[in-house]
Amino acid sequence: MNNIKIAAIIPAYNEEKNISAVVENINQIKKIHGINIIAVVVNDCSKDNTFLVAATCDCIVLNLPVNLGIGGAVQTGFKYALRNNFDIAIQVDGDGQHPAEEIPKLIAPIINGDADVVIGSRFIEKTGFQSSNMRRVGINYFRYVHQLLVHVQFTDSTSGFRAMNRKALAIVDKYYPDEYPEPEAIILYAFNGLKIVEVPVEMKERQGGTSSIGGLSGIYYMVKVTLAIFFTYLRLKSKKL
Amino acid sequence: MERIQIIAIATSIAFLFYIGRLIIRGRLREEYAIVWIVCTIFLIVFSFWRNGLEVMSHLFGIYQAPNLVFTAVIFALMIYLLHLSVVISKLQEQNKTLAQEIAMIKEKMKSE
Repeated sequence: MNNIKIAAIIPAYNEEKNISAVVENINQIKKIHGINIIAVVVNDCSKDNTFLVAATCDCIVLNLPVNLGIGGAVQTGFKYALRNNFDIAIQVDGDGQHPAEEIPKLIAPIINGDADVVIGSRFIEKTGFQSSNMRRVGINYFRYVHQLLVHVQFTDSTSGFRAMNRKALAIVDKYYPDEYPEPEAIILYAFNGLKIVEVPVEMKERQGGTSSIGGLSGIYYMVKVTLAIFFTYLRLKSKKL
Repeated sequence: MERIQIIAIATSIAFLFYIGRLIIRGRLREEYAIVWIVCTIFLIVFSFWRNGLEVMSHLFGIYQAPNLVFTAVIFALMIYLLHLSVVISKLQEQNKTLAQEIAMIKEKMKSE
């Protein structure tokens, strides 16, 4: 386990209250499980003191000079992991929703060679925080979209709790969606022939801050992601032919 | 030559000079200036050639000459706006890559 280098990428926008706990959580499992994991905080040009707080933690901090949004921030971490020879990159939300204790479950299929991308799903065993109604409507909707386009179903396609190997990192290094990237990224992985596996994980309710998706923007989210998925699908399809 | 013609010609030429000045000062790139220069040349041509609009409308089968102006201008503006959106998308993509590189370089400098 020790010779596998793992980067836990934490995109953070205005997370000064949560970030140190999230990093601490990851450093704990490093000790407990003897995993060679390091937290990589990507500060997406936060307006609060996220950068200063993260700088005091035991982690790598990538400080974006302009705000790129969640997709651009996560991609920065992916690029960093690829260039610095990490074997596995894990995406962990900066708000404390994703407990580090679940990371061993997430990386197991990659280490065993069963998957290139692993998605942590809160809906397989239905334990822990189960998300809002609105979000679940979206998740069900994307389940059909994915079934239709890439013939695979995912129970939690909007989950940002994911792990990937270098094969997948090489793909997201070139292109990764900007806004609400998770459902669209699945299409990207599937079309590039990556093996995607879902594993049951438990999630917590966000510890502070506000979700990036809520209210009216939920409708914008669905429309935007549907369009993005559709065009990504067309682009990848035409490339394949 | 009628008064309106003189006004139109003078305005068009002034506009052309202003575009030229922007390019010289480096505030407008040539590739984006082309469309403006072409537009101005059109304006100048039709300022001199008073019957031009009537002739062109007749050619396209448009009964009322001003309608040709509106149609042509709206179409041209839409194409140009689309072009600008493409330019902005490209800039956004380049800006993103630059920001990511800067973040990684800063981290590397700090750790060395």
